[in-house]
Amino acid sequence: MAVKEISIGDIGARAAAADEEFKGDEMVINMGPSHPATHGVLRLKVEVNGETVKACDPIIGYLHRGDEKIAENMTYNQFIPYTDRLDYIGPIHNNVTFAIAVERLAKLEVPPRCQAIRVICCELARLQSHLLGAGVYGMDTGALTVFMYTFTQREKLYTLMEQLTGARFTTSYTRIGGLARDIPEGWLGHVRKVVDEMEPVLDEIDALLSRNRIFYDRTVGVGVITKEDAIAYGLTGPCLRASGVPLDLRKDKPYCGYEQYDFDVPIGTNGDSYDRWLVRLEEMRQSIRIIKQAIDKMPDGPFYAEEAKKIFAPPKKKILTSMEELIQNFMIVTEGPQMPPGEVYFEAENPKGALGFYIVSRGGGVPYRLKIRSPSFCNLSIVPKIMPGHMIADIPVILGSLDFVMGECDR
Amino acid sequence: MPSEVLPLIIKALIVIGAVMTMAGYAVLMERKIAGWIQGRPGPNRTQIPILGSIPVIGTFLTRLGVFQPAADGLKFLFKEDALPGHVNKFYYVLAPMIAFVPAMATMTVLPFGQYTGADGVTVPIVLANLDIGILFILAVSSLGVYGIILGGWAANSKYPFLGGIRASAQMISYELAMALSILPVFMWFGGTLNLHAVVQGQYQVWTIFAQPVSALIFLVALFAETNRLPFDMPESETDLVAGYNTEYGAFKFGLFFVAEYTHIIIGSGVFVALFLGGWTLPFVPIPDGIAGAIISIGIFLAKVFALVFFFMWIRWTLPRFRYDQVMNLGWKKLLPLAIANLVVYAIIIALIENLG
Repeated sequence: MAVKEISIGDIGARAAAADEEFKGDEMVINMGPSHPATHGVLRLKVEVNGETVKACDPIIGYLHRGDEKIAENMTYNQFIPYTDRLDYIGPIHNNVTFAIAVERLAKLEVPPRCQAIRVICCELARLQSHLLGAGVYGMDTGALTVFMYTFTQREKLYTLMEQLTGARFTTSYTRIGGLARDIPEGWLGHVRKVVDEMEPVLDEIDALLSRNRIFYDRTVGVGVITKEDAIAYGLTGPCLRASGVPLDLRKDKPYCGYEQYDFDVPIGTNGDSYDRWLVRLEEMRQSIRIIKQAIDKMPDGPFYAEEAKKIFAPPKKKILTSMEELIQNFMIVTEGPQMPPGEVYFEAENPKGALGFYIVSRGGGVPYRLKIRSPSFCNLSIVPKIMPGHMIADIPVILGSLDFVMGECDR
Repeated sequence: MPSEVLPLIIKALIVIGAVMTMAGYAVLMERKIAGWIQGRPGPNRTQIPILGSIPVIGTFLTRLGVFQPAADGLKFLFKEDALPGHVNKFYYVLAPMIAFVPAMATMTVLPFGQYTGADGVTVPIVLANLDIGILFILAVSSLGVYGIILGGWAANSKYPFLGGIRASAQMISYELAMALSILPVFMWFGGTLNLHAVVQGQYQVWTIFAQPVSALIFLVALFAETNRLPFDMPESETDLVAGYNTEYGAFKFGLFFVAEYTHIIIGSGVFVALFLGGWTLPFVPIPDGIAGAIISIGIFLAKVFALVFFFMWIRWTLPRFRYDQVMNLGWKKLLPLAIANLVVYAIIIALIENLG
């Protein structure tokens, strides 16, 4: 069984069709799928003339698991653990996005407490993702220490996740119509402590790299994406905003009650790697701002939708004592939460960009078709466009600034 | 003749042993400093059975990672010395040696202390007190680049190849600036090329204060010559995996590794001798006899390791230059600056000599 190679971009199609076009004065370097510069199992076929990149052809699919097909064979709640494995840098955000998508299908409204907890989870995931992005970006330019600083902070976030969900990495925290469990006692205090400690670290990272002459030279004007290109290639998230397009789904199509929070959307001006770095740094600060607001006005009440009787599993205590609830639980576990027929597309502002779930339901407990619109896949599509003309050493910098996750790209 | 040659051989063996040990411990130092800068402990597990189980000292030494270099060295020795099928075998085996030998050979002319005998004559502690010591160092240390180029070429693989190209371009560029930057120093000390004489001339004022620009150029060129970050083009691991030594393993890689650290130590030694007063302290005379010799060596080593620390501090703080930026800096900034510096000091020295 050979791995099927899927190429993106026009250069990709050309290269895949005629390999001999690479034979000439140019040398072809194969970067990846296991190479220190490519994040995850991305393979780059790079045509170089000396040190200058002539063409760059990303080859993806090494982490393809068929998540979309898997989704057709299991109930909605059973698919939640699979969403952990999409963008595994900030897994809890995928849980939230998927849950909201299915709730839109079922026309469910979740209570305010659930929304506030979800907002905190989303912003923690954004911090997780951007901290990794910033650290790895530093490493791609050669500054190894920033990586350790950001990872120290990420460890604390993982500990928070462990306290909240019982798992550090594969959180699977949301359920259709609510959450797996309420937040543990004192957890909000821990969150506040962690984000308070994180702010000085962000300033330190900023001081270490943003005004560093070498870092500046390495990133300014490297991998410039114009506004038009960014829109044409369907870029989303920090990569799009760095090109000067003020699109943030949290502001433009609020979900989870994001409209109640006061935060700014940073946008770049040049669309180069440096702007993408600055946008990520600022987004982390804004995330901390949102988390603090959410902690301050955390409402009381249930953490799941009461009306979701047919969807949400009843409390464990009632299952053990009441016949009705036992049957209902049995039905939910075996048949899945019963959804009305219809289709829905919902996308949310994931750390990497707009993560969308398109769900077609024909009723019943399993989706008829589930399509995942992954931001990493779309963001990566611009690589063949922006890479030519740069040096070999720019490749990791540009890849680092795009900040993609192959788990989500290949899904 | 044997009575004259034998002590020299013994001295040479002692010096080589000492430098190898220092290179090993420079690696430990690097890892410890990296840990310190990054907020983690660094190597603190390796034990030697009997030594490690001594109650207080053993634990302390283990925490300090003192046994780590020995473990690393043994690992290099005992790993399978694989020879990839696609390499040019002769050059592949030769390259690490070519990288290693010049690094060691430069040690012979570097004075690292002084000894004042009963007759009041001060002689440097050095294996060979050449009058053209610095020329020898420049000439031989630049041979080391052949090891890297050959290694990159013989490996018959694309990443090492690119690393080798980068190494050759970078070394040649910075060699010029380096050589030009130290000429004013020797002009300053009356045209001698003997390192001992230069050190003796710095009893009152270290050259770094008299000629800060020369020191700066030399230091930058030294970073480039030793392939240290921010100039580690030949083995920039984010784009070239491991650069010229991608295909190397076991002891051959160990030789490259030791050669790099030896280069750093000897480069620091040259910098200390030229700009930081060598083994002297300002206005403090060094006593006669064996005690004086030991003190002077101690001072020299302390200064060298302070500079090595600086090397490591830079490495774990700064990002890496891009290849074309390195070339720009070398040819368009450092070289003109070095030439201007040379001319300015030539005029100053001529004025001082004629007027004073």
